[in-house]
Amino acid sequence: MVEKKVEVKNLNVWFGQTHSLKDINLDIYDNEVLTIIGPANSGKTTFLRMLNRLNELQENFRFSGEIIFDHKNFFDFSVQELRKKIGMVFALPVPLPLTVFDNVAYGPKLHGIRDRGKLKEIVERSLRLAYLWEEVKDRLNASAFLLSGGQQQRLCIARTLACEPEIILFDEPCSGLDPVSTAKIEEAMQELKKDYTLVLVTNNVKQAARVGDRTAFFLSGELIEIERTDRLFTAPKDNRTEGYISGRFG
Amino acid sequence: MNQKIKQKIAFFILFLSICLVVIPIVLLVIFIGIKGLPAINWEFLTGLPKQGMRAGGIFPAIVGTVYLVIGAVLFSLPIGILSAIYLSEYAKENILTRLIRLAIINLSGVPSIVYGLFGLAFFVIFFNFGTSVLSGSLTLGIMILPIIITATQESLKSVPYAFREVSLSLGATKWQTIKNIVLPNALPGILTGTILGIARAAGETAPILFTVAAFYLPHLPKSIFDQVMALPYHLYVISTQIPGVPDRMRYGTALVLLVMVLSINLIAIILRYQLRKKKRW
Ligand SMILES: Nc1ncnc2c1ncn2[C@@H]1O[C@H](COP(=O)(O)OP(=O)(O)OP(=O)(O)O)[C@@H](O)[C@H]1O
Ligand SMILES: [Mg+2]
Repeated sequence: MVEKKVEVKNLNVWFGQTHSLKDINLDIYDNEVLTIIGPANSGKTTFLRMLNRLNELQENFRFSGEIIFDHKNFFDFSVQELRKKIGMVFALPVPLPLTVFDNVAYGPKLHGIRDRGKLKEIVERSLRLAYLWEEVKDRLNASAFLLSGGQQQRLCIARTLACEPEIILFDEPCSGLDPVSTAKIEEAMQELKKDYTLVLVTNNVKQAARVGDRTAFFLSGELIEIERTDRLFTAPKDNRTEGYISGRFG
Repeated sequence: MNQKIKQKIAFFILFLSICLVVIPIVLLVIFIGIKGLPAINWEFLTGLPKQGMRAGGIFPAIVGTVYLVIGAVLFSLPIGILSAIYLSEYAKENILTRLIRLAIINLSGVPSIVYGLFGLAFFVIFFNFGTSVLSGSLTLGIMILPIIITATQESLKSVPYAFREVSLSLGATKWQTIKNIVLPNALPGILTGTILGIARAAGETAPILFTVAAFYLPHLPKSIFDQVMALPYHLYVISTQIPGVPDRMRYGTALVLLVMVLSINLIAIILRYQLRKKKRW
């Protein structure tokens, strides 16, 4: 079997009284695409935000359990280092109030890259990887808010890529987008899966089937089933999974 | 039809209330302008007072006011911005911080004469700075501190939370996030607050009464431990303390002060507009 990149053991998450993740045990392998499906409020976002350590910004957040990342305790890494290594793309595109160029260069600058030539190189490479370069190469100095929604989301992907993460977390990156933009983002993901470990939360079961190596099904904070994507969709073991999938495929 | 009439009545009432606000201001400016303009000339603006302030210029008072305002801003801007950042970005929500917030809000309602007495007791006497530019500036600075803190806090809060989250998620520290994202976007509001503070500091008499203002001092200060004349106090003096000052001198002084304060406010409005235009969220 390929190497384990992340091991999540008995993870429980609470927000105040809400028990949002219940005893999650799950491994993420190096270089795989893990998709996570599940109905609203099943804890998918909470799980991703756990891996990017964003949950702890919430005051009423508590958790128990263990996470191993690269064979080391997840919490032995500094928060900044970890967030650089495990990047996140949010459901709604949030460009920073900067130019297109500065959005992408934001992460590398944080991590100490000052050289203008080097930054340009990183920006171009990241934008190409996100399938956005051709569309924005002439307006790198325009405000990022002038881009369309779909372009903004790809800009956010490029911005995450520019930090040279090892794992990229996508939280329903296409939920607000039209089919063309969605196709472009999926295309980018197909390319990215060659070099990165991807975790993709999606409410689009077909999308999960298209890009996922393995798929996990979450339901009310529990991990019901995790399987190879083709198997999970053709022969789910749990009938709750089956119910969700068949409902989804209609 | 009925709705339309209602709408018209509502608009009319709103329009009336705007007039009630605008007309007195316009009248005031026109009145002071007409009465003061004849006094304005080069000698008045750049000359020293003569004949017991019944003639000559008001240059020392203009300079004094400018010095005091600069001193007040130098003191209150860094402290104000830093404490606002602490209060709205770092401080945990508890009884202490809530009390501090409440205190700051209430401080802006304290009558300015109280600041004057405080400055006298604290800076002039306790710290032994004497009646000096330093004492006056610090007193004015303390008076406008709540304005700057409140404005800064509000503009920090107006920067969307999502921006901070994104910045943090890319591996920024909290301070990097504040420095790179939050502060630049809060700048218009901070500037506006500062400039309104400046206008307030320039116009107040009471805080400088016991801490710096000289009744009559026909030369410029040599150090921050010197006294100065200041426009609002000078206006008070020539209006009430000295008989026989020509009308136009009084209104001329008032006009200079008014123009100073109004143009500071105008700068605030333009700056705010320019910076707002740039932002797109
Ligand atoms: N900051 C928070 N405070 C309180 N409760 C929260 C918080 N964040 C998440 N929760 C709760 O945790 C549960 C899981 O939410 P989560 O956002 O992870 O679901 P999700 O699977 O991503 O749903 P969706 O498909 O709607 O995005 C929900 O019941 C939600 O109300
Ligand atoms: Mg979600």
